[in-house]
Amino acid sequence: MMSKKILQVEQLNVTIPGKVLIHQLSFDVYSGTLLCLTGDNGVGKTTLIKYLLQAAKDTISFQKEIRFNINFDDIQLVPQFRDIDDEFPLSVKDFIVLNLTRQWLPWLIKSENEQLQKIINLTNLNDIKNRALGRASGGEKQRVYLAQALMTHPKLLILDESTSNLDYESRIDLLKLVKKIIAQEQLTVIFITHDPELVQMFGDFELNINNGHGELSNLRLTTKGGKHA
Amino acid sequence: MLSYPFMQYAFIASFFISIICAIIGVFVVARKTSFYVHTLSEISFSGASFAIFAGISPIGGMLMFTILSSIFVSLAGRKLSQREASVSVFSAVFIGLGVLFLSLSNKQSSYATNILFGSIVGISKENLYELLLLIAFILLITVFMFRRLKYISFDTIGAEFNAKGTLWIGLLFLILVACTVSVTAQIVGSLLIFSLLTVPASSAKYLATSVHQMMLISFIFSLFGTWMGLYLSYISNWPVSFFITIIEGVFYCFSLLYHKLSTTYRA
Repeated sequence: MMSKKILQVEQLNVTIPGKVLIHQLSFDVYSGTLLCLTGDNGVGKTTLIKYLLQAAKDTISFQKEIRFNINFDDIQLVPQFRDIDDEFPLSVKDFIVLNLTRQWLPWLIKSENEQLQKIINLTNLNDIKNRALGRASGGEKQRVYLAQALMTHPKLLILDESTSNLDYESRIDLLKLVKKIIAQEQLTVIFITHDPELVQMFGDFELNINNGHGELSNLRLTTKGGKHA
Repeated sequence: MLSYPFMQYAFIASFFISIICAIIGVFVVARKTSFYVHTLSEISFSGASFAIFAGISPIGGMLMFTILSSIFVSLAGRKLSQREASVSVFSAVFIGLGVLFLSLSNKQSSYATNILFGSIVGISKENLYELLLLIAFILLITVFMFRRLKYISFDTIGAEFNAKGTLWIGLLFLILVACTVSVTAQIVGSLLIFSLLTVPASSAKYLATSVHQMMLISFIFSLFGTWMGLYLSYISNWPVSFFITIIEGVFYCFSLLYHKLSTTYRA
């Protein structure tokens, strides 16, 4: 049994001005799975993600090569770096609801408040929800970022090295949480990471970019064979 | 004091100016465009002196100049408004133009002082209606784009990836700032706009724990500063903008002190 594809990439060339970073890249992303995107710095992972978002955003870019079965609004990207001013009095709760822009009312409507409480419970942020975001720890911040992304009921979540500045325990906790949400919400996750241990522990697929080529492997079949059957 | 109509107008206008300065100021501080507001104030001086030269209303000239330069800055590039070198060039050119228009218009120098530093008797009944209309417009647009503006201001990078139309919201915001500058200049004068537009919000930043609180605190600071300033100016005959800047400056120093003390205590 294979769940349905939410994204198909076929023979995509990922380029920056004057250079092809990845040649003829093809891979599929299945709903409800965690795909780890790995490879050294500078191989084009971030550029690839930008391509994907661009293709989802407008109907002109890469229409032959990138086919989404979801809309741009169904995608949330958690960027690696954010320029949050530590002194700015933005509470954790304030931050989580920032991406709710479908309504225009300056305050939250009832369904949004319910969703907020649900996500806060899910991401275990009840204790710090009224605290300033600038004072949260690294692990807490990543949970807050994750919580914000979940507010819009995304179908695809892209995590850009969300664990790179965390200690071992926080990494494992964050990924466990992500896996739990994947199972609960039928979410699909693309996780950019440099951490082979996390890939082995939590990944369903690995797309490794190396030497200008990308290779997709099904980790469920190779390392935990039979578990998926 | 309140039996004079011009004082009534000034008090009413400052109340509403404090509202928009509190709201827009929080975004100006969050988006780190304080320096750009400084430039806009010089541009608004230039606009007002052009208006005198051309024989139109000063606020009309201010709006024209500030809105046009906001559009230009947005089109020229998002980072431009934060780049100090290009902003300095802007300031210099517009002050130069302002001086030219003033000398061409053959008005007395007291006119220039009024534009630059504001005046307690500056607001007539017609001015007040004009101001209130503009303020209503600013508030209406702000309410409609409030959520999007919050997103691109407080989580700029996240919004760049996940939201559509961020460029337009940024442009619309700069136009709102331009309008706010033109309105605020009527009380404190064009050179001291940031004393109401960025100083109260910067003080509130150190005291508040949420965005709404920050807006409320900056509103209280602005309102206290302008009303107290008007009163003191009335009894002493010293310029109103002097009192406003001093009061806002004192608020800022105390807020900063409070912030330093509370962070050292916590650590």
